[in-house]
Amino acid sequence: MNQYPAWKYMLIGIVLLVGLVYALPNLFGKDPALQVTSARGFAIAANLATVIDDALVSEKIGFKDQEQVGNSLLYRFDTTADQIQAADVVKKAVGEQYVVALNLAHATPPWLRALGGKPMTLGLDLQGGVHFLMQVDMDTARGQQLDRFVDDLRASLRADSIRYVSVRREGNGLVAQLRSDEDRERALEIMRQDQSLQGLDVDVVEGGEYFALNATVQERQLLELQQTALKQNITTLRNRVNEIGVAEPVIQQQGADRVVVQLPGVQDTVQAKKIIGATATLEYRAVDEANDAFTAAQTGRVPPESRLYEDMNGQPVLLKKRLIVSGDQLIGASSGFDQQTGQPQVSVTLDGVGAKRMLDFTRDNVGNRMAVVYIEQKAGGKKTEEVISVAVVREPFGKRFQTTGLDSMSEASQLALLLRAGALAAPMEIVEERTVGPSLGKDNVEQGFKSVVIGFVLVLVFMALYYRVFGLVADLALFANLFLLIALLSMLGATLTMPGIAGIVLTVGMAVDANVLIFERIREELRSGNTPQASIRAGYDKAFSTIADANITTLIAAFVLFLFGTGPIKGFAVTLSLGIVTSMFTAIMGTRAVVNLIYGGRKRVAKLAI
Amino acid sequence: MKILKQRTNFDFMSVRKIAFAGSLALILLSIVMLVVRGLNFGLDFTGGTLIEVSFPGDADTELVRSNLQAAGLSDAVVQTFGAASDIVVRVPPRSEEESSAEISTLVLQALQTGVEGEVVMRRVEFVGPQVGDELAEQGILAVVYALIGIFLYVMIRFQWRFSAGAVAALVHDVIITMGIISLLQVEFDLTVVAALLAVIGYSLNDTIVVFDRIRENFPRLRKSSPYEVINKSLNETLARTVMTGLTTLLVLIALYIFGGEIIHAFAFTLIIGIVVGTYSSIYVASAALLVLGVSKFDLLQVEKEGASTAVNSQP
Repeated sequence: MNQYPAWKYMLIGIVLLVGLVYALPNLFGKDPALQVTSARGFAIAANLATVIDDALVSEKIGFKDQEQVGNSLLYRFDTTADQIQAADVVKKAVGEQYVVALNLAHATPPWLRALGGKPMTLGLDLQGGVHFLMQVDMDTARGQQLDRFVDDLRASLRADSIRYVSVRREGNGLVAQLRSDEDRERALEIMRQDQSLQGLDVDVVEGGEYFALNATVQERQLLELQQTALKQNITTLRNRVNEIGVAEPVIQQQGADRVVVQLPGVQDTVQAKKIIGATATLEYRAVDEANDAFTAAQTGRVPPESRLYEDMNGQPVLLKKRLIVSGDQLIGASSGFDQQTGQPQVSVTLDGVGAKRMLDFTRDNVGNRMAVVYIEQKAGGKKTEEVISVAVVREPFGKRFQTTGLDSMSEASQLALLLRAGALAAPMEIVEERTVGPSLGKDNVEQGFKSVVIGFVLVLVFMALYYRVFGLVADLALFANLFLLIALLSMLGATLTMPGIAGIVLTVGMAVDANVLIFERIREELRSGNTPQASIRAGYDKAFSTIADANITTLIAAFVLFLFGTGPIKGFAVTLSLGIVTSMFTAIMGTRAVVNLIYGGRKRVAKLAI
Repeated sequence: MKILKQRTNFDFMSVRKIAFAGSLALILLSIVMLVVRGLNFGLDFTGGTLIEVSFPGDADTELVRSNLQAAGLSDAVVQTFGAASDIVVRVPPRSEEESSAEISTLVLQALQTGVEGEVVMRRVEFVGPQVGDELAEQGILAVVYALIGIFLYVMIRFQWRFSAGAVAALVHDVIITMGIISLLQVEFDLTVVAALLAVIGYSLNDTIVVFDRIRENFPRLRKSSPYEVINKSLNETLARTVMTGLTTLLVLIALYIFGGEIIHAFAFTLIIGIVVGTYSSIYVASAALLVLGVSKFDLLQVEKEGASTAVNSQP
C-alpha cells in the first residue's frame, strides 16, 4: 500500500545520476599546464595552435591535450618537468605578443568536460593566493580632470591670442582672469565652442580687479568621469594581471568606487602588490637650454614656460612645461640591454599621434637635450616626479626608440610591463587585503576535509544505532545529499571556501533533522496503535509541514546572510541554502522511496525496525 | 536504542517563572558583560594588519618582539597561534598612508632577522579602517533584517503571539551567546557574525517545530487549557529536539576539534548558540505564548487559511 508511482522512482534515479556525474570531476586531480594568452587582450591568431604544436613536436615534448578557453590556449602535460621545458619553447615560438603562464588545469576527462562537468573552484583560503579590495581615489581623479581643463583653456586662449592674467584651479572649479570685457566675451565664446572644454558651467563674475570667469564642473560630467576612471582602471588591472600570468584571476567592480582583485595561486605577493597598485608612467619633455637649472633652483625664479624637476641624484633639471609625448601615447614597450653600454633599457613604440609629435620635436631639436620623467601617483593626490634620463637628440626619430637611465634590469622589465598594460586613470589604494600562503591553504583543505569526514561518520553511526533500518535509510539519504550538494556547487561554478566547508558540515548536521522529525512521528503513530504501513504514511504526511516551515525560516536567515555578507560569508550562505534544498529532496522523497521499496510491497509488516 | 523513554510527561511549564527569572538574569549579565568587558573585535572590525608566519622551529616570541621593536613596530602584538612554530603579529591601523604592502613586508623582514631557515608567510590580512566600519554596520543590519523577516513569516504562518515568542527567543539567544563570547574574549570576526546568524536559523528551526505541534494540538485537545497543550506539545517533540541537537553538536564538535584554528571561533559560537537555542525554544518561545495569553481562538482564523494548504488540520 505504500508505493510510489514509477515516475517518482525515475525522477529520483535521474536526479541522483545527474548529481553523480557532476560531482565526479572533483575526484580528478590537476595537470600541469601552460596557458597562452594574447598580451593586450586581442583575439589569438588562427594559426597560433599550429605554431605551438610544431614547436613542441620539433623539441619532442609530448602534451596530453590542447584546448581553447575563451581568448587563450591551454596545453596539458603529464609532468611538471615537461611543462617547464615546454614553457621556454613556447615562449620563443610565440614571441612577445603572447603571455605564457604556468598553470594547473583540472584533469577532468574530456567526456565529462563535454558534458559541462567541472570541479569546484577552491577559494583563496584553500589554494593560497591574494585578495585585494582597491578603492579608486576619486578626489585625485577629479583634480587631474580640473588640471586638464586648466591646461586646455590656457592653450585655447593662447591659440586665439587672447591675453590672460591667470587661469587656475580653485576648489572644485577654475577661475580665469582676463584684461578686458572684450577678451572675456571671446574667452566665454571659446569655452562654449571648444570640444575639450565641454561639461563646464561658466559664470561671469562682476566687479573685482580683473574681468573674471568662474567655471564649475557639471555634476553629470563628474559622474561620467568617475565611471570612466573606474572602467579604465579595471581594464588596466586586467592587462597587468594578464602580464603577470595568473591562472584564473577575478577582477570585478564592487560598489561605486571599488574593485576586487583576486589572484589565486600567486606566491610572490609583494611583487603582485607592487605591480597592481603601481601608477607609474613616463613623460618626454624638452630641456630648457636657455636657462640654468642651478640658478633657478637657488633663486627660486623659474621661467614661466618651464618647471623645475630633480633627477635621481637630487640635482635640479629645468624642463619645458610643454609636453612632447606622454605614457598614454605608448603602444608597446619591452625591456632589454643597451648594446653599447650594457645598461638596462626600455624600448618604446608610440602610436601615430605620439610618433608624429616626437618626429616634429626631434627634427627641430637635433643637438638639444630631451628628458624622460618617471611619474608615480600616490593615493591622496601625492605625486613623485623624477627625471630618469637626459640625453642629447642625435638624429630625428619617431615611432620607435629607447629609454635608458633605469637602475636595474628588474626595474626596466617592471616599467616595460606597466607601460604595456597602460596607466591607471586614477590612483588606487588597497583598503582590504587577504593573502593566504600555499602552506596554510593546504592545511585548511586537509583540516576541512578531515572535519567533514569525522562529523559525517559520527552522524551516520549515531543515526544507524538509534533508528536501525530507518537510520540506515537516512544515512543513504545523507550520502546522496552530500554529493548532490557538491554537484550543485560544481555546476554553479561556486567557489569552495573554509566557511563554505563549515556550511557543508552544518548542513549535514541539520539534514538529519527532517528524518528525525519523520521517524519520531512514525514512532508516535506506532505507539498510538496504528499499523506499520499506516504509521509510515502518517509519519511522512504529518512531518511535512513542520519540515517546510522550519526550513523556510532557516532559508530566510541564509538569504539575509547572502545579501549582507561579503566574500567568504556569502559562500557559507550559498552552501547552507543549497544544502537545505537538497536535504529536503533526499530526506523526504529519497528516504520515502527506499522505505517504500523495503516495506511498501509487503502485504503484512509485523514490526518496523525503527 | 532510545534516549528517552516512550512517552515523557515533564511539566515544563511549571518552572517557567524560575526559567524566566534565570533567562532575564543571564541576559542582564550578558549586557553588563558586553558593556563592561566588551567584545574582542577581530581585524574585520578594527582594521589593521595581521600576519601569520611559520618558523622552521619553535617560535621565539622574545626575539620576535625585540625584532619588531627594532623595526619601529613597537605597537605590534605577538601571539602564538596553534602550533608552537606559528605566531600571529597584529599591527593596529595607522593613520599615515603607509600601505599594507609596506607593513607586511616590514614585518616579514623583521621576523626573518636572526632566524636560521626560512620564515614562511602563512597569511596576511589587512583591513582598512573605512572597510571595518562598513562591515560592522552590515553585520548589525544583517541580524536586524533577519529578525524582521522571521517575525513577518511567523506572523503569516501562525499569529503575532507566536512571532513575538519566536523573536524574543532569538534575541535571547543572540544576547546570551554574545555575552559568553565576551566573557571568554573569543575573537569576534566576520565568521562569528555568520555563526550568530546560523544560530538564529537553528534556534528558530527548533521553535517552529514546537509551535507547529502546538498549533496542531490546540484544535485536537479542545478541553485542555493552553498550559496543558503547550506542555503536551513540548513532550511530544522532546525526542526530536534532543536528537537533532545531539547530531548537530556532534558535527560541530568535530569541526571545533579538527577544523583548525581559523574555524574555532565559528564552531564555538555555534556550539554555545545551539545549547542556548534549544533551551530558549522551550522556556522563552513557548513560555512567552503562555504569558501573552495564547488560546485556541488565536489559531482559528489561521486554521481556516491553512486548511487548504499544507497544514495538517484534523477534520
